[in-house]
Amino acid sequence: MSDTTTFRVHRYKQGDATSHHDRFEVPIGPRTTVLDALTAIRRTQDPSLTLRHSCFHASCGTCGMKVNDREVLACVTNVRELASSEVVVEPLDNAPVVSDLVVDMGPFYARFNAVGRPLVRESELVPGSCPAPGIPHSMRYEDCIECGICVSACPIAGTDPAYLAPAALAAADRVREEPRGGDVPFVMRLADDSHGAWRCHLAFECSEACPSNVEPAVHIAQLRRSLIGRRWRRPSAEPVGARR
Amino acid sequence: MSERTIGTERPASRAAGRRGVAGWVDVRGRRLGGWAFILNRVAGLGVLFYLYLHLVVLSQLAVGAAAWNSLLKNWFLNPVFLALDVVLLAGLLVHGLNGIRLALVGFGLVVDRQKALLLALTVIGGIVLVIGVLMLLVHGG
Repeated sequence: MSDTTTFRVHRYKQGDATSHHDRFEVPIGPRTTVLDALTAIRRTQDPSLTLRHSCFHASCGTCGMKVNDREVLACVTNVRELASSEVVVEPLDNAPVVSDLVVDMGPFYARFNAVGRPLVRESELVPGSCPAPGIPHSMRYEDCIECGICVSACPIAGTDPAYLAPAALAAADRVREEPRGGDVPFVMRLADDSHGAWRCHLAFECSEACPSNVEPAVHIAQLRRSLIGRRWRRPSAEPVGARR
Repeated sequence: MSERTIGTERPASRAAGRRGVAGWVDVRGRRLGGWAFILNRVAGLGVLFYLYLHLVVLSQLAVGAAAWNSLLKNWFLNPVFLALDVVLLAGLLVHGLNGIRLALVGFGLVVDRQKALLLALTVIGGIVLVIGVLMLLVHGG
């Protein structure tokens, strides 16, 4: 059985002086996701609506956006479970808006790539898995799907353009935990900065919002502990925040 | 058919990037840690304001005993000011107790228990606040 839900969707095109919201009435079924609704709007009501999406199952991280003021992956956000008469859809915060619901992920990726964290974990195998013949064991990727949700949720990323931000700092801590050929001293120097791990104010919004259980705030705290430990062991090291 | 809302909700400057300081106090969508973040800032600013206010008030001591006694009698034992004392105590508790949590977690300690720590400190703060209010009621009048 389907009914109709009102969607209030953020609209902005390059050159617009201001943004606005458009309202759309969308038929909703029990399993309709926000991404389903948005693609339906584009298909049947307004083909100019722009949004990013790819996998439809929370693996690619491209459909991160704000729904009713919270950062989510639209592909796994059930409309009925929102229990809202009007669903407000907006782009992620703390990233330049390119168009409608699309933000420029370039700055996010630039910070992330600077850390150079390898994609495949070495510490964890998939529990209970049955590898195919000839494959010694199952491996899995890092948890982070690079959706940018943590950066949007972070209040500090909104005021410090140079902040390395939760995703990259969590990746830095993963390099510390499992270097896998990564340049640990470089990564620790990157984190040991007033715009690095020390900038975090521990609101834990990143960990709460993360759809992939990365726990960036926990990683940032671990990074700090490690940085303190390294400084304790090497008292002649440079002062905190002096390096970049 | 779409219907355009009247008015604008996000200026182009914001479309270009960050939430800014407004994001610090924007309560929409906040979770427990976010609320603690906001309250910590508000309480911090309030306590800072009180510090300067306190210095101004103390300066009345330099005027003389009569001026000070008059201030106490006419202002600080007033029920409105006693209510403000409760606000001050609440601000000190929020900032102080949350500060303990932030110091511990910020150094990488009890990170996995930070939410439980926040709740425990909230309970402790609530109890101290109630005791403080009772003491003000008993001794403040």
